[in-house]
Amino acid sequence: MENLFVSMAAGIRSLLGSGGLSEWATDFLVMFLKLGAILVYILVSALWLVYMERKVSAYMQCRIGPNRVGPMGLLQTTADIGKLISKEFIIPKDADKKLFLLGPILIFMPPLAVFAVAPFGKGMVAIDMNIGVYYFLALASLSTVIIWMAGWASNNKYSLIGSMRVVAQMVSYEMPLILSIVGVIILTGTLNMSDIIHAQENVWFIFLQPLGFLIYLIAAVAETNRAPFDLVEGESEIICGPFTEYSGMGFAMFFLAEYANVVLVSVMATTLFLGGWLAPFGLTFIPSWIWFLLKVYLMIFLFMWFRWTYPRVRVDQLMEFGWKVLVPLSIANIFVTGIGKYLYHSLGW
Amino acid sequence: MTLKTEEFLLNLGPQHPSTHGVFRILLTLDGETVVKAVPIPGYLHRGIEKLAESRTYTQVIPYTDRLDYLAGMLMNWGYVHAVEKLMNVEVPERAEYIRVIVGELARIASHLVATGAYAADVGGLTGFIYTFRDREDIMDLFEMISGARLTPSYMRVGGVADDIPDGFIDKCRQFLDYFPTALDEYNGLITGNEIFQARTKNVAIISAEKAIEMSLSGPVLRASGVNYDLRKARPYSVYDRFDFEVPVGSKGDCFDRYYLRLLEMEQSAKIIRHALDQLPEGPIKGKVPKVIKPTAGEAYAEIESSKGIMGTYVVSDGSTNPYRVHFRRPSFVNLGYLDEMLKGWKIADAIAILGSIDIVLGEVDA
Repeated sequence: MENLFVSMAAGIRSLLGSGGLSEWATDFLVMFLKLGAILVYILVSALWLVYMERKVSAYMQCRIGPNRVGPMGLLQTTADIGKLISKEFIIPKDADKKLFLLGPILIFMPPLAVFAVAPFGKGMVAIDMNIGVYYFLALASLSTVIIWMAGWASNNKYSLIGSMRVVAQMVSYEMPLILSIVGVIILTGTLNMSDIIHAQENVWFIFLQPLGFLIYLIAAVAETNRAPFDLVEGESEIICGPFTEYSGMGFAMFFLAEYANVVLVSVMATTLFLGGWLAPFGLTFIPSWIWFLLKVYLMIFLFMWFRWTYPRVRVDQLMEFGWKVLVPLSIANIFVTGIGKYLYHSLGW
Repeated sequence: MTLKTEEFLLNLGPQHPSTHGVFRILLTLDGETVVKAVPIPGYLHRGIEKLAESRTYTQVIPYTDRLDYLAGMLMNWGYVHAVEKLMNVEVPERAEYIRVIVGELARIASHLVATGAYAADVGGLTGFIYTFRDREDIMDLFEMISGARLTPSYMRVGGVADDIPDGFIDKCRQFLDYFPTALDEYNGLITGNEIFQARTKNVAIISAEKAIEMSLSGPVLRASGVNYDLRKARPYSVYDRFDFEVPVGSKGDCFDRYYLRLLEMEQSAKIIRHALDQLPEGPIKGKVPKVIKPTAGEAYAEIESSKGIMGTYVVSDGSTNPYRVHFRRPSFVNLGYLDEMLKGWKIADAIAILGSIDIVLGEVDA
């Protein structure tokens, strides 16, 4: 079990090798398959997370949730997507047609690209990049540009307000997000995801960096535009924000991308703070990738819990909280971490 | 290149998730800040007052259900109260008690919707579902007593349509026993939430003077610290026989208006409990002729509805149909100050402020 996926990859590689393919072509094909597998996982998981969200929210709200399509309603979201595909994709008369169409096409690009460096299990990382964390931070904020573009192209006032909020939110929350991770980087001295996980073999960083984790958690909610920071959509205020004019599959793409982003920030939280695929209490008989997914889904559940409990903050409160609370706190965290590390080294604590 | 900014118009509604129906506000915005607001009601105008002129006095009752459809019982009451005043009809005691019971139940139901919808306006959808879950019990009680859930048409001139059915009192008591738990839940989920408080406290403060000047009434008035509740100030029906308090807010901000409704629900539950205990035996309808034909004249009567003072003005020309009926709809009057209140706040606040007034479009537009 532990080496299920790793040995599968090795098997495919040897199969291709025996087929007389050159080294380079084998590498290329295996890489292609690995990324394909991740792609399928993310898309399917986004689909099922919608189901999970609906079930979780239902139980939190004394309801039952989807229970008609398929066993326990498991096929509900599949049916929903089927419906959305068959619906007309309306392009508003005054919209900037090219940009409007480009929005839903591009929106999946950043999360999918980042998953290439996500370590799903022991040895299960598609590309073990030595600047993995940096790569994640660089790409994750790209979705802002895409959402902003979609809102701008819609030529709708609600969309425009929503787009402006995306930018404002990104500017205020990308900072604490990055700064909260810096603490971890100071401790490990590396940007490589696998190395960061190995560094947590003795103690998870959530215990060494509790403040960092908290700041990351809050900033991550804002990063994914979910409640209490769902100002971008702000259903009761600005209808659906930048996605107001999108219908059919265009809307579904944005909707699913939100879940892909949730998976993404949860994967990062797991990697950086929760020990990644490391098994707690020496329970190594459970494969590492199961541990990883367990932690990821625990984080996702936490995000859903937030969403169905908290009301929405106001735009000025959001920025105030970001700049006046989270940024100073994360800088203080870096400071304390640095001093701690220095003392640890010089005094040999 | 020079960059310039300009204000822009945002048409909020009539199709909008949180205008509580088909209300429309034309906002002039400077970024996210409201510079000017022009409320435009009227999208749900059905001409109830005009329709009433071509119906008999009893036939008007179902129309009143459709005014404030979240508290149909109270609307019925306001109307029959005026007709009774016009005809000088004595309402039997038992009928008055039943009216108080269903009226206060309707007040709780209406405030539950206001509370839940307010949570949803501020962005927490779960609160909405919680209050609707408990409102369901009241709807069931209404179904038991009148056969309808939302539009009961239960009151009649001189009394009520039917005596309370078997099992109603037990079920009502059950609900009252359970209700404090529900209130605790709302306090935990909505009232106590830091974000909710940050969003509502000190937002759109109405001073007591301004509230009186704008003729606001109901929770919106009392949240500003004015202790004026018709049930206490000018008791009608049998309200003078119950021991209850009128909760009053201190600041007059959105939070006070929201929280006052929770406190009022507590008091309403207290009144219902008293009324159930004291419920006398006897007839449920006074001596009213089969054909209601008041002598020419006019009457104006007011009751304290869930949204404020609900007044009904009835003019009779001696025929079977009212010559003119006019309703003083509290939601509509309370909206009068909205344009001033919205100025200077953000779009998100605009929604929260509108929600805190708790309007029902059926009542605003009549």
